[in-house]
Amino acid sequence: MKLTQGTFSFLPDLTDDEIKAQIQYAMDQGWALNVEYTDDPHPRNTYWELWCQPMFDTTDPAAVMMEVAECRKVYGNMYIKVNSFDNTRGRETVSMSFIVNRPKDEPGFGVSREESHGRNIRYRIHSYATDKPEGRRYE
Amino acid sequence: MTEELTTEETENGDGGNEAPKKPLATSFDLQAEYEGSHIQDTLDQLDKELVGLDPVKARIREIAALLLVSKARRELGLETEPPTLHMSFTGNPGTGKTTVGLRMADILHKLGYVRQGHMVSVTRDDLVGQYIGHTAPKTREVIKKAMGGVLFIDEAYYLYRPENERDYGQEAIEILLQVMENNRDDLVVVLAGYADKMEIFFRSNPGFRSRIAHHLEFPDYSKGELHEIAQLMMENQSYKFSDEAQEVLREYITLRMTQSHFANARSIRNAIDRAKLRQANRLFDDRSGKPLDRDALMTIEASDIQASRIFTM
Repeated sequence: MKLTQGTFSFLPDLTDDEIKAQIQYAMDQGWALNVEYTDDPHPRNTYWELWCQPMFDTTDPAAVMMEVAECRKVYGNMYIKVNSFDNTRGRETVSMSFIVNRPKDEPGFGVSREESHGRNIRYRIHSYATDKPEGRRYE
Repeated sequence: MTEELTTEETENGDGGNEAPKKPLATSFDLQAEYEGSHIQDTLDQLDKELVGLDPVKARIREIAALLLVSKARRELGLETEPPTLHMSFTGNPGTGKTTVGLRMADILHKLGYVRQGHMVSVTRDDLVGQYIGHTAPKTREVIKKAMGGVLFIDEAYYLYRPENERDYGQEAIEILLQVMENNRDDLVVVLAGYADKMEIFFRSNPGFRSRIAHHLEFPDYSKGELHEIAQLMMENQSYKFSDEAQEVLREYITLRMTQSHFANARSIRNAIDRAKLRQANRLFDDRSGKPLDRDALMTIEASDIQASRIFTM
């Protein structure tokens, strides 16, 4: 199952040139970029691990691509995403976030139902990958 | 040194084997490309704003020509890799190394060799950390900032401290070498410093020497050139010397050149700054209710320079 999260999630995976073009766009808007990785694909897992320091003063996409390449070298079989941050007063939030790397094999999610008070049903989404301990999920 | 310019071309002389995507051009209009890049404007500006430095200017012209020809060769499918352009600038203090670095960034940008054309000027402190694990992120941070432009490392030899084997400078050097090799089209590294120390640095770090194709030597300025520089600085700041002041300045330069800690153009700039201070003081002291005119505000008199310590020593 292909994980779809963030910007461009319903497009085929971006090529490196396309990633570069998107980074250039973010830089043109004056946004800061960072690279994050995780092996927990749950949709509510918002805060991934930070790869390097956020890049506030970089002006060239090659710098971010270099970090993406480094991160792929170390965590090539995990999810890696690039985020851009818009610091405009009043906005101050992530403006773009897209996946640039994913594990070869993505086992997907299971849904389990739980009956609670008053015949209410609670749904639980569970990633099969997280059955294994952290760091060994996509070996 | 000139033969190094051609090594890149011969290596890739027969072009790539892979089929080119778009049909190759069969001719290249060097003149049109030259005019389109506005490179002549920058070279002219260089000539106008930088006094002397003839060997440096000649070298920059050569590099510009190399880049233009290499572009033509790429267009015709003769060459696949852009030439390596890491440089070293050696020369005494105040000979214009930083200024030329800035110009170089501009020239490389105009010729399409670097994408952004900015220059990041750093010293050892910006690259080397203070504890274990601090250096690598710090160096990478600087390198990322410089991507798409020129990374100017001033007094580069301080990176290498042989007397302390646990010095973190070595780590910064290794990262730099790696980036100079792998990210050749992303940034140009310029190492600057005094000639003798630079020579020792290169001898103990052969990796740097082999990755740097262009060694530019900045000669000291002559008396006449220093005078010209002073003139140029004054013009830019809307000041001028009176006729007597010109004479005194000539004398000042002659005396200053023989003194220790003489830093070429930088010493001249400092002298001018002090003369400006004295001029302001003089105007302030003999205010007589009479309004000052343009000329009085612009002119540096002989007495403003004569007051210098140099003449009493």
